[in-house]
Amino acid sequence: MMDAIKHFINFIAAPKILFNVILLSYLIIFPPIKPFQIIHNTLGVDRLWTKKGGIFIFSLMFLAFGFGLTDPNFRLIVLKPDNVPIVALLFLVVFFLWFALTQAKANDEAIAKGGKPKEWAESREKVLVFPDLVYIEFIALIVAAALLAVWAIALQAPLEQPANPTVSPNPSKAPWYFLGLQEMLVYFDPWIAGVVFPTVIILGMMCIPYLDKNRKGLGYYTYQDRKMAINIFMFFWLVLWVFLISIGTFLRGPNWNFFGPFEYWDHDKLEVLNNVNLSEYVYMIGLKQGLPSNIWLREAPGFAVLIVYFGLLPAILAKTAFKDVYQRLGVVRYSIFVVLLLMALALPIKMYLRWLFNIKYIVAIPEYFFNI
Amino acid sequence: MSIDPNKFSLFEKFKNTQFYRSVFRTGVPVVSHRQRMMIMLNSVFLHLHPVRLPKHAVKVRYTWCMGGLSFFIFLVLTVTGILLMFYYRPTIEYAYGDVLDLSQQVPLGIMREIHRWGAHLMVITVWLHMFRVFMTGSYKPPREFNWVIGVCLLVTTMLLSFTGYLLPWDQLAIWAITVGSNMAGATPFLGMNGPGSSLLSIGDVNFITSVSDARFALLGGRFVGEAALLRFYVLHCIGLPFIIMIFMIVHFWRVRKDGGISGPT
Repeated sequence: MMDAIKHFINFIAAPKILFNVILLSYLIIFPPIKPFQIIHNTLGVDRLWTKKGGIFIFSLMFLAFGFGLTDPNFRLIVLKPDNVPIVALLFLVVFFLWFALTQAKANDEAIAKGGKPKEWAESREKVLVFPDLVYIEFIALIVAAALLAVWAIALQAPLEQPANPTVSPNPSKAPWYFLGLQEMLVYFDPWIAGVVFPTVIILGMMCIPYLDKNRKGLGYYTYQDRKMAINIFMFFWLVLWVFLISIGTFLRGPNWNFFGPFEYWDHDKLEVLNNVNLSEYVYMIGLKQGLPSNIWLREAPGFAVLIVYFGLLPAILAKTAFKDVYQRLGVVRYSIFVVLLLMALALPIKMYLRWLFNIKYIVAIPEYFFNI
Repeated sequence: MSIDPNKFSLFEKFKNTQFYRSVFRTGVPVVSHRQRMMIMLNSVFLHLHPVRLPKHAVKVRYTWCMGGLSFFIFLVLTVTGILLMFYYRPTIEYAYGDVLDLSQQVPLGIMREIHRWGAHLMVITVWLHMFRVFMTGSYKPPREFNWVIGVCLLVTTMLLSFTGYLLPWDQLAIWAITVGSNMAGATPFLGMNGPGSSLLSIGDVNFITSVSDARFALLGGRFVGEAALLRFYVLHCIGLPFIIMIFMIVHFWRVRKDGGISGPT
């Protein structure tokens, strides 16, 4: 029985399946479009953002974690000293998500009744920073210091064998906060996953205050007043950042192969990779001929896809789905917004192309290291 | 607390000395409204704060304390980092042995533990701080630019953590940095394995080679070796702390200048 459950969990933890599960949960919890809003309402997802909902979420998390700890392979990877912060991060992220949205829900209900958010009433009253704030800070500081001291005494900082440039460990993993980027390497070349995407992520984050022109929702927790901003943010933060880091940390073993949470990290595990480029699909499978020797001709289908995706699609969206957004933001802001969004969506799109059609590259010019 | 004036108390005597009054100008005990304000105004450290705040702004449920904790952990990392520098020599001969000695020879040697776990914790608190700032919409005008500074602080925090990762000079360190720095080799135009690197050439002379590309600039060599260790050490101990402190000064200053902590209008 236990083995059957573990087997099942290993099975659904495979990126192909787990990503769908996570994406679907995201779409239902933070519905960006109507159909999911209906599912959201029928399921009553909002009930999660109450005290009872919190107890439910955390019992579930602790139960799952406790069950996992009975397995030696799970213990090995989760209790590795360097992975402890990521386990903590998962619990903290869920806790603060619940904490923020619970307050948001209460405020939204008050606003719907024509009232004001809780923070509003409090902000009318002034308090002295000494002692009211200084003491809170003092306590927070003591708690953090105590936590760090206990953590430092309980867990020794790992020190492996002395550096040896001739023996590379398998898997070689980047520091944990970069594992989301390393996970992207499965789907994109290093120049995109390691250089372009990080740069765009940083610039994109800096753009947030200038792209969000909604003036409501400043200084209090709310969901209803800034639904779109929060929905988009959660996609980046939870699905593309925290989730990918967790995959990279817990579920990627030797040769960056996937391993279920209860699976032994077998160095000899083989995974068949027979990925095909788009050009090969078009010419060899579609037109039943050899690849043209001219690079431009060979990659024409890929470039066409890119031009449609980044050139035409924003214009089409401006006329259709994003009509209001376009009108609110204006040309410059809208262009930046839509290109950032499309770049982010390129990752899940590439994932699905890989899983469904074994697509390796849309544009493949290895002669110039230009593969997308 | 009432004090019996007839009872002899050393502390009470001490409080009347010239020395004590020169240190604590506000006077103790703090009982009056005026004294509470003067404490904030007189102290160079506390005057980072305003004297008075709206009540919601001191609630943990609103602030999560994450910004303050990030700063506190930064201070802890600075202190433990300085202590670690007493023992650590950034050369490939000594680095690993020095780190080993830190835990085995140094009495109460948990400084490295505090430093390493603190570094992880700081990355987490910075992320959660940004999460809170987003959820309360605090990046909205007039605080847009402070969010941009905050993103710079996030990047510098992660770079600090990344450069520190190499210093123990064990297998985990060099291979994590190898994986990370290989990305630099794929930088468009400037990396040897990046798209367009062959465009930067005159005739047969290629400017972007394994000894002149972005990766080489980062590592000071073609692989993670002696030069990379020194570079990362200098960046970790001097360069990046210098940068992050400048950004922090601007960040804290702007919090006050942009109207203090966000709140409903």
